[in-house]
Amino acid sequence: MSTQTTAGRKAPGTAAGQPSQTMKKAGAWARRAPLLPALVFVIVMTQLPFAATIVISFMNWNAYYPDDIGFTGFDNFVRVFTDTNTREAVVATVILTVSIVLLSLVLGLAIALLLDRKFLGRGIVRTMMITPFLVVPIAAALLWKHALYNPEYGLLNGLLTLVLGADAPQPDWISTYPLPSIIVSLVWQWTPFMMLILLAGLQSRPLDVIEAARLDGANNWQIFTHMTLPHLRRYLELSTLLGAIYIVQAFDHVFTITQGGLGTANLPYFIYQTFYVGQDYGRASAAGVVTVLGTIIIGILALRTVFSMFKEES
Amino acid sequence: MVNNPQMVDLQALTAEHFTAETGIAVNFTALPENDVRANISQEFSSQAGQYDVASLSNFEIPIYAGAGWIVPMDDFIAADEDYDQEDILDSLETSLSYEGQVYGQPFYGESSFLMYRKDILEAEGLTMPEQPTWPEVAELAAQLDGAEPGMAGICLRGLPGWGQVMAPLTTVVNTFGGNYFTVDWEARVNAPEFTEAVTFYVDLVQEHGQSGAAQSGFTECLNNLTQGNTAMWYDATSAAGSLEAEGSPVQGLLGYAPAPVVETDSSGWLYAWSWGIQAASEKQEEAWEFISWASSQEYEELVGEELGWTSVPAGKRASTYENEDYLEVASAFAEPTLRAIQEADPENAGVEPSPVPGIQFLAMPEFPAMGTQISQDISSAIAGRLSVDEALDQGQELAEDIAEIYRAREDS
Repeated sequence: MSTQTTAGRKAPGTAAGQPSQTMKKAGAWARRAPLLPALVFVIVMTQLPFAATIVISFMNWNAYYPDDIGFTGFDNFVRVFTDTNTREAVVATVILTVSIVLLSLVLGLAIALLLDRKFLGRGIVRTMMITPFLVVPIAAALLWKHALYNPEYGLLNGLLTLVLGADAPQPDWISTYPLPSIIVSLVWQWTPFMMLILLAGLQSRPLDVIEAARLDGANNWQIFTHMTLPHLRRYLELSTLLGAIYIVQAFDHVFTITQGGLGTANLPYFIYQTFYVGQDYGRASAAGVVTVLGTIIIGILALRTVFSMFKEES
Repeated sequence: MVNNPQMVDLQALTAEHFTAETGIAVNFTALPENDVRANISQEFSSQAGQYDVASLSNFEIPIYAGAGWIVPMDDFIAADEDYDQEDILDSLETSLSYEGQVYGQPFYGESSFLMYRKDILEAEGLTMPEQPTWPEVAELAAQLDGAEPGMAGICLRGLPGWGQVMAPLTTVVNTFGGNYFTVDWEARVNAPEFTEAVTFYVDLVQEHGQSGAAQSGFTECLNNLTQGNTAMWYDATSAAGSLEAEGSPVQGLLGYAPAPVVETDSSGWLYAWSWGIQAASEKQEEAWEFISWASSQEYEELVGEELGWTSVPAGKRASTYENEDYLEVASAFAEPTLRAIQEADPENAGVEPSPVPGIQFLAMPEFPAMGTQISQDISSAIAGRLSVDEALDQGQELAEDIAEIYRAREDS
């Protein structure tokens, strides 16, 4: 997408004479026209379904009652906010998103800082660190549920037995800590994503400036807080925002590990249930619209928080 | 249709044995259970006519029949001399009928019963009563708990889902005298009988059940019994086939008792994947031809000879249980299965009359969503995160919402 960078410059080798306005316009359109089909395609594929969802969210539409379809105004939204299960889904979504984003951000930053140093086998370690992000979510969720958390044959309880002997406690992880179980498995999956973005940020630091700071007597901590973090600001914002948008939509882990039980049903799972189990298209659409609005709000809040953090520092 | 093994077999056998004889080509769409339900309900509610036949269960048949989305089959049955409707088990015919007319033909059916390790009971000097009651089963579970290292007394589903924990639990509620709704559409989910039943179930699974109960569904319990991690299991009769299969470590070690009761005479559930013909279909005659072949005795024999008698779609015809070849592979569980299906009465599942039929579910469109949401709280109760009262109070709110809609409909 280099159209903007070349538009302002004169192409090398053209005559010094100014081209006329019409020519300029034609030139601009000649550049835009090839992009139009893609733009139209994107609008049709993304905005139209969303518009349809908004329309349906104001409708009373249950597949089981085809004779009973009509507009009900804000009824679906009222029910989304008054229904106990929906309220719980909103709470679960917020808890999951905030904790997973923050934890994977902190972990990702720590790992990125470690991987930013030169050591033998760095390439291999980096590849291994990225791997969790490449595992298909549903497969990762199954792995956590059965291979790790399972009280009978899971790795966690197996390790406890190995370390503490035969009468080690054998907790039923998912039943005892349902939300933490899902959070940990998702943090495992999303830490590499955060790490990748932050590592890219770290590697674009101008090292000569850091060298200079070191000569001026700054210690590691000062360099980190006054130079590295401000430099990483954009990368932190980006990873928080992208992470939050993706993690709000986390579905596979809730579906696989707890089936939405034990207070872990988040909004995507609730929408899935309302749509597929309840066949209630109106209410599912309303919950979907609420989720999108929530994501936008979370995104803005996340950006603001990060933003103000740096304002205080400067 | 749903992509269960029996259906996949049917798909494989159709071209050679049905199309070749009748000249009717059959195009199949097979999907997992959840997806198939969603697709079928969209297709049939809009009467798109894209499919002539769909695999519907005895949950959908009364609902679809009431909505006029599927056609009655009585005329087809009367005109078809080769089709033996008499042979279909009565309880199934009833659950696939609506206002006295047959709307569905079963493909395979199941009920529920109590499976237990005969050898362990014997070693402990215990006996299983002819018709166990739930308190007796709880007693046995307490005595069998830890009979072998790592062996729980009983395995019961705890995984959320209207087709998971709600199925066995609802049969327990029925026999304790509880119900979801009265005939006048009053919600009864936190009523004393309902609470007593759920408390009993939750206590039993917490005290003598498997570990990880809140995440155990049908599959997990099947594994537990197969691996020797539990002494008893109350679940679907269809589980027996894999428990008694060649190579199963518990083959020949199991006994089968009727579903435990308290106040009713029987409490086994009733479920059958069946065929319905879409009202908008333009090929109803051909659709019936296919259904009458797929649900026939001849088809069962064909599967037995071609694929083996363990793969037969059983549990729907009396003649299956007189077939020597089938009994040879199913001798351990054939009789208890047949009896459980015959005794199931979806019209009178509980002590009190119900406004809609169904044993382990209520045949109403709102039940899947309501049952699933209640089941999430019950699963939390099994995990010890909620009290049974809290779980059922929330369930009562959901049920009351639905009851209100129905009361309004009846008044209008």
